[in-house]
Amino acid sequence: MVAYLFLLVAWPVSLVAINTFADGPGVLLGVLADPDIIVALRLTVVVALVAVLVNTVFGVGVSLLLVRYEFPGKRVLSALIDLPLSVSPVVVGLALVLVYGGRSGWFGPALEGAGVQVIFATPGIILATAFVALPLVIREVVPVLEEIGTEQEQAARSLGAGAVQTFRRITLPAIKWGVVYGVVLSLARSLGEFGAVKVVSGNISGSTRTATLVVEEQYLNFNQPGAYAVAFLLAMVSVACIVVVAAIRPRGNR
Amino acid sequence: MTAVAVAAPRRSTLTRSAGLGLGVAMLWFSLLVLIPLLAIIVTASQGGWPAFWAAITNEQTAAAIRLTVMHAFLVTAVNVVMGTVIAWVLVRDRFWGRSVLEVLIDIPFALPTIVAGLVLLALYGSDGPFGISVANRSSAVFLAFLFVTLPFVVRAVQPVLEEIEVEVEEAAVSLGASRFTVLRRIILPSLAPAIIAGATLSFARAMGEYGSLVLLSGNLPFQTEVTSVRMLGSIENDNLPGAAAIAAVLLVIALAVIVTLDVVQRKVSGRGRG
Amino acid sequence: MSIEVKGINKRFGDFVALDNVDVSIPTGRLTALLGPSGGGKSTLLRIIAGLETTDSGSIAIGGVEATRLPAQKRNVGFVFQHYAAFKHMSVAKNVAFGLEIRKRPKDEIRARVDEMLDLVHLRQFAHRLPSQLSGGQRQRMALARALAIEPNVLLLDEPFGALDAKVRKELRDWLRRLHDEVHVTTVFVTHDQEEALEVADEIVVINEGRVEQIGSPDELYDTPANDFVMSFLGPTTRLDGQLVRPHDVEVTTAHSPGSIPGTVRRALRVGFEVRVTVLTDGGESVVATMTRATARGLDLGEGSRVWLRSDCLAPDVPEPLAG
Repeated sequence: MVAYLFLLVAWPVSLVAINTFADGPGVLLGVLADPDIIVALRLTVVVALVAVLVNTVFGVGVSLLLVRYEFPGKRVLSALIDLPLSVSPVVVGLALVLVYGGRSGWFGPALEGAGVQVIFATPGIILATAFVALPLVIREVVPVLEEIGTEQEQAARSLGAGAVQTFRRITLPAIKWGVVYGVVLSLARSLGEFGAVKVVSGNISGSTRTATLVVEEQYLNFNQPGAYAVAFLLAMVSVACIVVVAAIRPRGNR
Repeated sequence: MTAVAVAAPRRSTLTRSAGLGLGVAMLWFSLLVLIPLLAIIVTASQGGWPAFWAAITNEQTAAAIRLTVMHAFLVTAVNVVMGTVIAWVLVRDRFWGRSVLEVLIDIPFALPTIVAGLVLLALYGSDGPFGISVANRSSAVFLAFLFVTLPFVVRAVQPVLEEIEVEVEEAAVSLGASRFTVLRRIILPSLAPAIIAGATLSFARAMGEYGSLVLLSGNLPFQTEVTSVRMLGSIENDNLPGAAAIAAVLLVIALAVIVTLDVVQRKVSGRGRG
Repeated sequence: MSIEVKGINKRFGDFVALDNVDVSIPTGRLTALLGPSGGGKSTLLRIIAGLETTDSGSIAIGGVEATRLPAQKRNVGFVFQHYAAFKHMSVAKNVAFGLEIRKRPKDEIRARVDEMLDLVHLRQFAHRLPSQLSGGQRQRMALARALAIEPNVLLLDEPFGALDAKVRKELRDWLRRLHDEVHVTTVFVTHDQEEALEVADEIVVINEGRVEQIGSPDELYDTPANDFVMSFLGPTTRLDGQLVRPHDVEVTTAHSPGSIPGTVRRALRVGFEVRVTVLTDGGESVVATMTRATARGLDLGEGSRVWLRSDCLAPDVPEPLAG
């Protein structure tokens, strides 16, 4: 089993670091000096942060609705929420193009008429990223909300706290680690999205090309060291995310 | 699971502000997810059944779907066995380096898929230390699927395995069951829903996988081209109806997956904790 | 069948769970292993069942050496505190499990399962899942499952510990009646002295890994081997430095030879009895219990002068308040 994991995960992933630094730190520094790559990295970070923010607010809100309230269609909603996890990223990209595409999308031409370009621009990349990472916060927060029950909230209400105070002082601290966990997972997923972004971004160097697209482009242009260097940066962040998650997750919570 | 049942009578119907929240959430969810996915179905069906059928039975497309389904099944089968074994070791054995393994399991989930493809290429590509190359072969598809689906069965089985009380196994032993019988009649049936859930997710993920294959498989039509790559090719050739037809097939599979998960989960919560 | 436990030692790391324990449990009796939590009684039960190994010593069940016999081969019925129900199997399947392992013919299994479910009054629940039963019903199912295999001995580890007070009392009476019907050698672990006194034929008091005393409920209650057994089996108070039962303290309003003077500090009525706290002139706080009628006759109130005497010279007089 250890050999299986070593050959499938540990060794290949460690090779990214090895290949990146095979010729010293020069390649990595060179990559970081390329203005187009800097733009791509910055775009990736901005897109990920916005998508995570949106998904966190949406995720916590929907979790509360799903756990604390009854409404028609709840079961369907709770099942559909997981859909992005089992849909191909290319399908996601295509779906967004069909609706928001500037030329023939359902809403795209109208939006472009109003001066908003979605597809082949940053908003489209954000939508695609938000789509693929949508369920991650909800999947972490819902079980925690179910676990804590409503007694503490009712106690707070009986002591005179309003709905907002109750949420801020009782509910939020209780679900804090669930939210943090979901946010970290969403961040990792958002930084690394590739397929959906490739479809909606237009992949314009120095403009709408994200970090993952740079990896592909560098590799296909036979600049393997450059590809490894950017991949190394992305891998560092995602491994850091998992380590953070493993460290903050209280024992026995799995 | 029990918590839901206990909390149920205390759940309230929507208050006005909660209703507003639900409205906003549904609007966003519709704009982001539901309407775009609906657009796929609508676009795929615009030309009627014959056009749809022609699109997905196009020789190259059908070959891509066949290849993807076959490898998705193979990989899921491997995951069912290996994932259960890994979960077992992580739950039942206490050993040095266990937390490192925990992190390793999650890496394929967090690692960008394009990076996943690159790292696999580094070890199993033509320049790799083994001198074997899966690049541009169908085994590349298998390998990439295996990598990206690794966590699903493990993470589905692990919590359920942790919940099985040692006492239940001891009860079986005191009734005369051998270790093998305990495994076959007590543990595996308890794990079955979790294994099915993990396998389903793993199958779905493999069916839609794209990023890790871009660099690894060479995307050779009829040989290593998977469904998502074929779909992207159609998009790039401005054949959106053709792409939508393939996407509709994948979407139906994804819907089947979430229905399966929902049914399995409901079955398990019916069993309760007792 | 009888159980012979000789010279059992068991350590968990530095913790001594059992320290040279010898117990002999006769055939057909209902025996309680009684003691405080962590005293080693559950460990002893698990060692008898083969779920735990011994460091040294030996166990024989029905005269057959069983020390190295794996749990599967001991043919013991074991009932756990938290039921250990097989959640994915129906009640009937749970009960049939041991018989299926033994590869009994299908007809025989069906008949035996019906018989067992009748015995525990769960016939109508045969096709339910354990999660659809109450705690008391689950424990009865577990008992039926353990009895179905016709075990040499039946072992129960705090069987009523997870149940609420009312159900616990019902099941306790029911276990006693069941044992009178089935007559299988039964050992149950409990930390509840009332449970042990009420149900068991014989009680083994275990504390800190050692057997403190073995005897019938009456023997243990009336002639405890030491202060630990005395205080564990019922309420105690100290009079003139001696450990006595509160209902054995005789309270009078007149001096008699050998009695100790004191002042009533508190007289508290609890249901049918009155609990009087007396501060002796020697500075000792003594608790005495008596019936309401006695208390009324003595006209006791806060500040009353009384004389106390221990009654325990006559331990064999049946006490209405025992337990």
